[in-house]
Amino acid sequence: MSPLIALRGLHFSYASGLDVLNGVDFELRAGERVALTGSNGAGKSTLLRLINGLETAKSGEIHAFGSVRKQEKDFREVRVRAGLVFQDPDDQLFCPTVAEDLAFGPLNLGKSRQEVVNIVDKTLEMLKLEHLADRITHKLSGGQKRLVALATVMALEPDVLLLDEPTNDLDRDTKQHLITLLSELPQAMIIVSHNHHFLNKVATRQVELSNGRLLEQAA
Amino acid sequence: MTQVLGEVSQSWTAKNDQSKSEAFLNSLDPRVRFVSCVLFAFLISSMHDLGALTIALSIGVGLSLSARLPLWTTIRKVLVVDSFIVVLLLTLPFTMPGETAFTLFGWDASLEGLYRAAEVGLKANAILFSLMGLLGIMEPSVLGHALYRLKVPVKLVHLFLFTVRYIDVFYKEYKTMRMAMKARGFYPKTNLHTLRSIGYLIGMMLVRSLERSDRIMEAMKCRGFDGRFHILNDMRASQRDFIFSIVVSVTMIGLLVVEYL
Repeated sequence: MSPLIALRGLHFSYASGLDVLNGVDFELRAGERVALTGSNGAGKSTLLRLINGLETAKSGEIHAFGSVRKQEKDFREVRVRAGLVFQDPDDQLFCPTVAEDLAFGPLNLGKSRQEVVNIVDKTLEMLKLEHLADRITHKLSGGQKRLVALATVMALEPDVLLLDEPTNDLDRDTKQHLITLLSELPQAMIIVSHNHHFLNKVATRQVELSNGRLLEQAA
Repeated sequence: MTQVLGEVSQSWTAKNDQSKSEAFLNSLDPRVRFVSCVLFAFLISSMHDLGALTIALSIGVGLSLSARLPLWTTIRKVLVVDSFIVVLLLTLPFTMPGETAFTLFGWDASLEGLYRAAEVGLKANAILFSLMGLLGIMEPSVLGHALYRLKVPVKLVHLFLFTVRYIDVFYKEYKTMRMAMKARGFYPKTNLHTLRSIGYLIGMMLVRSLERSDRIMEAMKCRGFDGRFHILNDMRASQRDFIFSIVVSVTMIGLLVVEYL
């Protein structure tokens, strides 16, 4: 089976000229939950943003869902099939209420009102967040915001999840809830995190970004 | 902004379950309340008769009372507006030409000026009270939806909703940075250092807002945003909304009658 996402010889440097990625090769296959580690500023978030076309690579190829993705319009499909959960949930939740925020993605995909309502209910139920449906997004606690941000991406029904430090400011119980949840989801994932306990529980494979290259880690 | 709009704490869909314990006004369709409020404000600002304006003010106060506004925050809001009015009251009689009503330290106060000052004061308060009564208890998100349903351009509605959404975040960022400054021994004084530091603070706020808006845009793109906004909720006017509209229309015609007869 061909990989869902494949990166070949990816190079990237910041506008300042600083090189972050020097030939990254990577493959993500269905069912894999890959932990992406590396020191601060190693380019982990940048890698996720490249996959989603939010940054443009200097050279190299990005294959996603069976085709090479080069331009902005190629990435539109990638973005909704490889759902990126941002580091700061305040960036992601911008609608007045939780239910509306969840509805935003599916509505953009042109789903009917009834379908959207069903998706919202189903997603909230899956993440055990039904009680938050009508809450105002910016009044939620840090942990709730994080779970709701994940829910807004899950509502797109993506094939791949790209999680950027999903355990930040989660207490132990919520972290445990997230571990159980992610382990049960069928989606392939790339998870950026510094929390080794969390990664050991969730990930099926671990890679480390170091000096602009991606190294496979022994499990 | 949050001061004007009131606390944002609940969604409008949740409101429906608890309408019993609420003010009658809050159970009305937000669109009806908004349109009534705008029409009422226009009418009041075009009136000149002190009698009619006094009636309008009492209607406004009545609306505010029936909306069961929190007493102290309401008084605070009224004081903010009326501090401007007081300035007008003090200056208008002495600046408008006309028949002399009284003389103070050799300055003549004109009757016309007094009349105009009273008019402005009544108008401002009548509009303020009806605004607080009709819209003050409305959640900003509800107001946003009502505006959308009233065919206000979607871009404006979303600008409004985004403002409501992020004003809190920016305020928090501001407070955090202020605290960080305090933690390093910063106290504002009248000197260049203070000016420069506050300048950095404001500059940093602007930069952060810009960066945040970029990230929000990206997050929206990642969820398939293509420039069009879709709004999910419906609003339905019920019988009581029609009754309320009729009462409002009759009241406004009544005011016009007092004004012109």
